[in-house]
Amino acid sequence: MKINRRKFLKSASATAAVMAAPAFISQTQAANSLKMAVILDQSGGLDIYGRPMVDASHLAIEEINAAGGLLGKQVELTVYDPQSTIQFYTQYATKAATSDRVDVVQAGITSASRESIRPLLNRYRTLYFYNTLYEGGVCDTNNYCTGSTPGQTVEKLVPYAMRKWGKKVYIIAADYNYGHITASWVQKYVRDNGGDPVETEFFPLDVTNFGPTIKKIQAAKPDMVMSALVGGAHVSFYRQYAAAGMNKSVPVASTTFGVGNEHKMISAEEGDGMIVAYSYFQEIESADNKAFVKRFQDRFGTDAPYLNELAARQYEGIYLWAEAVKAAGTADRMKVIEALDAPTSINGPSGKLTIDPQTHHAVQNVYLAELMDQRFNIIQTHEQQQPTDTQLVCDLVANPNQSTFYFENGLKAAGIE
Amino acid sequence: MDLFASLGLQIIYGIANLVLISIGLAVIFGMMRVINLAHGEFLMLGGYTVIVSTNNGVNIWVAMFILAPLIVGIIGLIVEWTLIRFLYGRMVDTLLATWGLSLFFIGLITTIFGAQTETTIAPPFGPIFIGEYSSSGYELFLIIITILLVILLYLLLRYTKLGLLARGTMQSAEMAAALGISTQRIYSTTFGIGAALSGFAGGLLAPVTGVLPTIGAVYIGKAFITVISGGTAILAGTSSASFLLGGINGIVSFVVGPTMGEVALLLFAIVLLRLMPRGITGHFFKRSL
Repeated sequence: MKINRRKFLKSASATAAVMAAPAFISQTQAANSLKMAVILDQSGGLDIYGRPMVDASHLAIEEINAAGGLLGKQVELTVYDPQSTIQFYTQYATKAATSDRVDVVQAGITSASRESIRPLLNRYRTLYFYNTLYEGGVCDTNNYCTGSTPGQTVEKLVPYAMRKWGKKVYIIAADYNYGHITASWVQKYVRDNGGDPVETEFFPLDVTNFGPTIKKIQAAKPDMVMSALVGGAHVSFYRQYAAAGMNKSVPVASTTFGVGNEHKMISAEEGDGMIVAYSYFQEIESADNKAFVKRFQDRFGTDAPYLNELAARQYEGIYLWAEAVKAAGTADRMKVIEALDAPTSINGPSGKLTIDPQTHHAVQNVYLAELMDQRFNIIQTHEQQQPTDTQLVCDLVANPNQSTFYFENGLKAAGIE
Repeated sequence: MDLFASLGLQIIYGIANLVLISIGLAVIFGMMRVINLAHGEFLMLGGYTVIVSTNNGVNIWVAMFILAPLIVGIIGLIVEWTLIRFLYGRMVDTLLATWGLSLFFIGLITTIFGAQTETTIAPPFGPIFIGEYSSSGYELFLIIITILLVILLYLLLRYTKLGLLARGTMQSAEMAAALGISTQRIYSTTFGIGAALSGFAGGLLAPVTGVLPTIGAVYIGKAFITVISGGTAILAGTSSASFLLGGINGIVSFVVGPTMGEVALLLFAIVLLRLMPRGITGHFFKRSL
């Protein structure tokens, strides 16, 4: 076949039209649905946190759509996998905001990932929910941080553990901003309760040999160890600590153990007796939670991961947004923010969850639990805890248009040296 | 005094730990000049073998001493046969291929077992006490096993026919081939043994570390630094490099802190390689194994 210029142009334009058609179609569809993007690590080192959160997102959206959607429209969920790489977070957040034009982004696990996309979603005026427990301090009109913060959990955990075990506390934490800031909060609460934070040590995320530190702990003879270790490599600490027989003499409390389902990765005899505090446990004995756990397990079968705060809060974060959209009668960003600050409140698997308009964090229940036979037994419930740490420094009611991270460079803002 | 004895034991364990995680890589790199970026995943596969088989009721000793090296060794042979043998002498290509392989293994294990796997195994020995300080009995056990492993490898390389053929192939593959030795078979056996050693190490470490599909990444860096710092002699190189790096890491971690411990290890390796670009055994113990 001979191709001349006219023929070529003809076929090229026809091809272009065919290629462009899906774009037109998807745009006309867009008006009939609401859009949500979820950006969470499903591969790489953070997948132990991200995968259950993604499962929970699917469940939430499927339920919302099965119940007729929002404002009579279906919710379209797009899930991105940033592969535990910050660069992909910015890339996918940009895509979600500019090309998918989503109504809300529910994303981020580490504080670093949140800080990489928070300014960007601000710039593109796309509403952002961060549903992971973190060190507190974000003060941003556009960003709702629904996870628990040290002012809610550590503030309860430290005095309980100190009353039980003693006042000399040895602190070990991951060597990045979460670990450093959380360690400062732990030191503050230990001192507030008349205790002595004898030593604080930080560990790079790839350390697997904790022997020298275990010797130091033995030399310092504390009454208890407070751990803010993070990730798969750090699981080694709990195993080596138990192998040296230390878990029997100097017990451990943790601000992080369990959110990556670490309690399933070490044996019962290594983990028994450890105390943690979160705003959700799979073992919560409420009708709402039992029904939620059943729905989750029915949906994902026998392989369903253990449900921790991260997964449950991701589910609840989506429902908070859905509730606000219903109240606002639109998915328009400013209207939804107004509705959220009204404030929006839901009864989720973790109990009652209410937005705090002053900080855009969540007022939530906090549970203390003791690990026994790879299960958490809830020993205390503290209802409706305010995000007291962030409230010290952030007031979005008085000063609405801000986008600040207060504890980025230490905790001076909260009066902690 | 008790503290020093106990700390000394801890530092020896740190050294043994480095030997254990790098010995499989040292065999493959030292004998074949193949840079195996999937080394961390071989360790991970060893750990998974132990966890999955003990979860299914297999005795922990059988899982660690037989299943882990056997299964990972077989995987190594398959990898050599399907991938590595086409790439001998092409260092950059093997680098890329084994990196791909490492991603493949992570993806495969995540697909089969999920992002994490439940386990019930704990170290089979209780703590041992030196005065008022306690150490892990299992770590002492690992030190002994590591020493035995190094002796066994030495005997294998020094006194057996296979060892002789392997050393000959390593010195001059063409000459060995001219003398009628199937270098191809030597290479695949070596690769299999290297993989089996990694699997064995991964299995031994399973009761004292977290076992996750992505855990290989935390081992690979240290294993490489140890092997490269050690130079070409497999046993002398790995042992001497582990001794120096592990010792420095342990002491600095105790005195200053774990972050500086890692920094000291890396800094020392950089200085060492600047002064001795061919590694320790490129300058000392030149004729050793």
